[in-house]
Amino acid sequence: MAEPVAERVGFFTDTSVCIGCKACEVACKEWNGVPEDGLQWLGTSYDNTGALGASTWRHVAFIERPPAGGVADGAPGVEWLMSSDVCKHCTHAACLDVCPTGSLFRTEFGTVVVQADICNGCGYCVPACPFGVIDKREDDGRAWKCTLCYDRLKDGMTPACAQACPTTSIQFGPLDELRARARQRVASLHSAGRTDARLYGDDPDDGVGGAAAFFLLLDQPEVYGLPSDPVVTTRDLPQMWKAAGRAAAVFAVGVAAAFAGRRR
Amino acid sequence: MPGLGTSFGRGGATTFQQDLANADCIVIMGSNTAECHPVGFQWVMEAKDRGAKVIHIDPRFTRTSAVSDLHVPLRAGSDIVFLGAIVNHILSNERDFREYVVSYTNAAAIIDEGFQDTDDLDGLFSGWDAESAAYDPATWQYAGNSGSGDGPGGQGSTDVGADTHGGHGPPTGGHPEMTDPTLQHPRCVYQLLKRHFARYTPELVEELCGVPPHLFAQVADALCENSGRERTSAFCYAVGWTQHTVGVQYIRTASIVQLLLGNIGRPGGGIMALRGHASIQGSTDIPTLYNILPGYLPMPDAETADLDDYVERNAAKTGFWGNMRAYMVSLLKAYWGDAARSDNDFCFDWLPRLTGDHSTYQTMLDMLDGKVRGMFVMGENPAVGSANSKLHRMAMAKLDWLVVRDFSEIESASFWYDGPEIETGEMTTEQIPTEVFLLPAASHTEKDGSFTNTQRMLQWHHKAVEPEGDARSELWFSFHLGRIIRDKLRSSADIDNAKDRPVLDLAWDYPTEGALDEPSAAAVLREINGWGADGKALGGFADLADDGSTACGCWIYCGCYADEVNQTARRKPGQDQNWVAPEWGWAWPANRRILYNRASADPDGKPWSERKRYVWWDEGAGEWTGFDVPDFEKTKRPDYQPPEGAVAQHALAGDDPFIMQADGKGWLFVPNGLKDGPLPAHYEPDESPFHNPLYSQQANPARQRYPRPGNEHNDPDLFPYVMTTYRLTEHHTAGGMSRFVDVLSELQPEFFCEVSPELAAERGLEHGGWATIISSRTAIEARVLVTDRIPPLRVQGRVMHQVGLPYHWGQRGLSTGDSANDLFPLTLDPNVHIQEVKAATCDIRPGRRPRGPALPAMVAEYREGRHG
Repeated sequence: MAEPVAERVGFFTDTSVCIGCKACEVACKEWNGVPEDGLQWLGTSYDNTGALGASTWRHVAFIERPPAGGVADGAPGVEWLMSSDVCKHCTHAACLDVCPTGSLFRTEFGTVVVQADICNGCGYCVPACPFGVIDKREDDGRAWKCTLCYDRLKDGMTPACAQACPTTSIQFGPLDELRARARQRVASLHSAGRTDARLYGDDPDDGVGGAAAFFLLLDQPEVYGLPSDPVVTTRDLPQMWKAAGRAAAVFAVGVAAAFAGRRR
Repeated sequence: MPGLGTSFGRGGATTFQQDLANADCIVIMGSNTAECHPVGFQWVMEAKDRGAKVIHIDPRFTRTSAVSDLHVPLRAGSDIVFLGAIVNHILSNERDFREYVVSYTNAAAIIDEGFQDTDDLDGLFSGWDAESAAYDPATWQYAGNSGSGDGPGGQGSTDVGADTHGGHGPPTGGHPEMTDPTLQHPRCVYQLLKRHFARYTPELVEELCGVPPHLFAQVADALCENSGRERTSAFCYAVGWTQHTVGVQYIRTASIVQLLLGNIGRPGGGIMALRGHASIQGSTDIPTLYNILPGYLPMPDAETADLDDYVERNAAKTGFWGNMRAYMVSLLKAYWGDAARSDNDFCFDWLPRLTGDHSTYQTMLDMLDGKVRGMFVMGENPAVGSANSKLHRMAMAKLDWLVVRDFSEIESASFWYDGPEIETGEMTTEQIPTEVFLLPAASHTEKDGSFTNTQRMLQWHHKAVEPEGDARSELWFSFHLGRIIRDKLRSSADIDNAKDRPVLDLAWDYPTEGALDEPSAAAVLREINGWGADGKALGGFADLADDGSTACGCWIYCGCYADEVNQTARRKPGQDQNWVAPEWGWAWPANRRILYNRASADPDGKPWSERKRYVWWDEGAGEWTGFDVPDFEKTKRPDYQPPEGAVAQHALAGDDPFIMQADGKGWLFVPNGLKDGPLPAHYEPDESPFHNPLYSQQANPARQRYPRPGNEHNDPDLFPYVMTTYRLTEHHTAGGMSRFVDVLSELQPEFFCEVSPELAAERGLEHGGWATIISSRTAIEARVLVTDRIPPLRVQGRVMHQVGLPYHWGQRGLSTGDSANDLFPLTLDPNVHIQEVKAATCDIRPGRRPRGPALPAMVAEYREGRHG
């Protein structure tokens, strides 16, 4: 990616302190004017949002399950994990790679943003995202996703979701600081006996080159509906183009040979 | 809030939410803090981060439980057993903070020899009169004190006793005449407590609460280990405690625990009463209640002759309530201005007089009986939010007129044409005489004003935009309504009619501003603060006089406009001041953030420990100092002893931290002021599938029941399950502010009930399907959420199931559903007339409810046991 002009910023979402209040979902919709997208009761614990989408830029997952350490006598037979998901603003962002119009671009803060006035609704970005984040709105056909509150960042403000989060589960800041803080948090949770705490998306060597929005999880990412080993879908494109080029060259040689033969 | 009021002296949270961060242990019970107070919950998370143990005791595993260190599921309605067993644990293991208990509570006081406890009388205290169904507290008094005779709020007037002392300790005869600081005397409070709670054992907890002994022990140990000189524990509660027929006594039991452990008045301690929404604390401080006046001044009853008589009947001789006359005269001056003079008793006679119970539910029943003609509904949605809301809708249909002010057309405004009873045929639009006026209300962003939040803190909000269309503020509506009524009276032929004078002579002269003639909210706040003879804003309630030279709209708020500055609008960032942040808003009284904070120092005025330092005596300066405003006279020495015959605060010693109490002590035992006993005793909820093994007195004898058609009570054999109501983060109370907002509605778009997999199997309920929940009142339908978060418990040897019902829904808005409150009976706590909606009985079956007249027919079958 291009060097950001300003410091690269992001979200550290610490799910160990999330209380599932959904203030992030509401603050996001209010600030960004994201419309209501369905009044369906899903029956999936307290989650009636379902998944990230064109009109859901923050999604709080609720996972009810038996306690990891087994059920003690008389203790509740349940553990309730909550986690607020969001666009990862990948270092290697496939959505951006495939966008033919330049609607998707990398901002000076290192974030990935769709420009609604340029998007032509081709939809290439939708299958490109390894996390299933970006999506098209049914009614206007354009692609939408979290902007990391680009307008607020330009004014030196904290993104709406992080501002609204009452327990600092969503922390916003320079990515380097957040990564350092996150490592400390994991260490302190480990020393407090929560050895299941781990970071997700913080590693610059992972399949997307590290995410600007990364997470502290209390279990495997799949438990939260996150891919265990996301890979930028355009990773193999250069090789594919090379292969395609080679194939084209061979084909061209073949065609030329055919014509040459005819002349003979 | 007489639970806190009688125990400590004031009906408000004893601490503030930010201070929860200092707690070493936090017990959350009767509250789902994370879901209902998510913003304040950050301080619980902060405490946890600092190493505090967070315990959640609740029938359901909620979002609070999810982040707590320990969740203890218990049966709804059994909290006094659990808390009583903690009292027993503390006393029998001598884990009480003895020096605190002896010095700061009434543990040493010796009680009248006529007192008999529930163990002697099989569930009743002495003084019960079966005929009037009320207690005479004469035998609950301190031995040797003239007691109730001294303060006529007590003896012989239990009909109004607790009603009119809703917010504070009522008069007693000052310090107890007889005490035993060794706590050995058999009739001293300490020994009475010990005997009273001896039967509240871990085994009883297991039998009645369904909590196994090892879980109980974890809670008891955590509290004891985290209390004392070096450590403090806090309690958080909300309406999960109050909305019971014994709710006040739930809070009393926690008060006893916290006094015994020495956790009141100290940082990281206290009882955090979490009020329901934005200004509920304010609505009792400057009350929307019938039985108190601003600042918890009692409402005069019909027997009160004049101001002198009022003061004689209600004011304690000792403690700060000894100044009641000054508070009352200043209030009368605020009401009637120049018309209130010493030669007309400051217009005291113009105050209405109490003749009985006129609480909201009694008024609703009166409506039903055709005794009430009109009603204003503001900031409330009784058609959804009241217990037995069906009965409430039937009652509103008997009115001549109804004014509803809200953001949208809520169910209370539309019941007459689209309510559930129209569908069932129990009501017919054409036959409802009620004329309904729906007036659009301005939201908080469209008006200036203050909130008084859960920790007694006033915070100003400024108008951001003008209200749209015809929407107006409550202040605008009330002021102009009053103005127009006064104009009409003034121009009427009866200009000399004396009965109009109380309205005509009101000081109703608030300046208005802007194109809408909006009354100045700041001017109202300034009147609440009060002014002196020079017209300048008063600095605090110590300045109030009883000679008519001061006016003050609410004595406990005096100081909120000190120095002509709106102190409630202060927003100095926390990092720019000490951790108590005294310049963030303004808290009553006198900007004190932790109440009774004199108790944070030992009797000599030194901090109990360096770690828990808060307010202490500075001998050099000759005054109390610390992080907070001392809740004590600033220069009263710790060794001050009141001279003979001293009155008001001068009668309290230098080590009497509970300055609103007549004896300056925290009350483990309440001699006066409660209608259902001086000590908490476990009574079953009015509707319970279990018998009370402690006493043959099954339920609170003083509870208020209203058996009548439409409010039938469940036969316990026919309705086997316990149901309980609650709120969700995503919605606001009866839904008027959330069900009509799309981005909130989509988060919880439909009414659902929560049941365990075991109950689902027992009744054939399908996850995601429908269930019909039935009581004797009505039946409602809900989507089924099967979850392990509402586990079955073993109670009295059998498995007990609970049905969880969030109560936000009605038929209108974007997110719709039946109203859970329709199911509940109208049965009230005797002290505060609050409904019991946290525990009642029901049945549940799969599928949707019948439509039309088939619904009441099915309910009748169930009620009478005729169903299949």
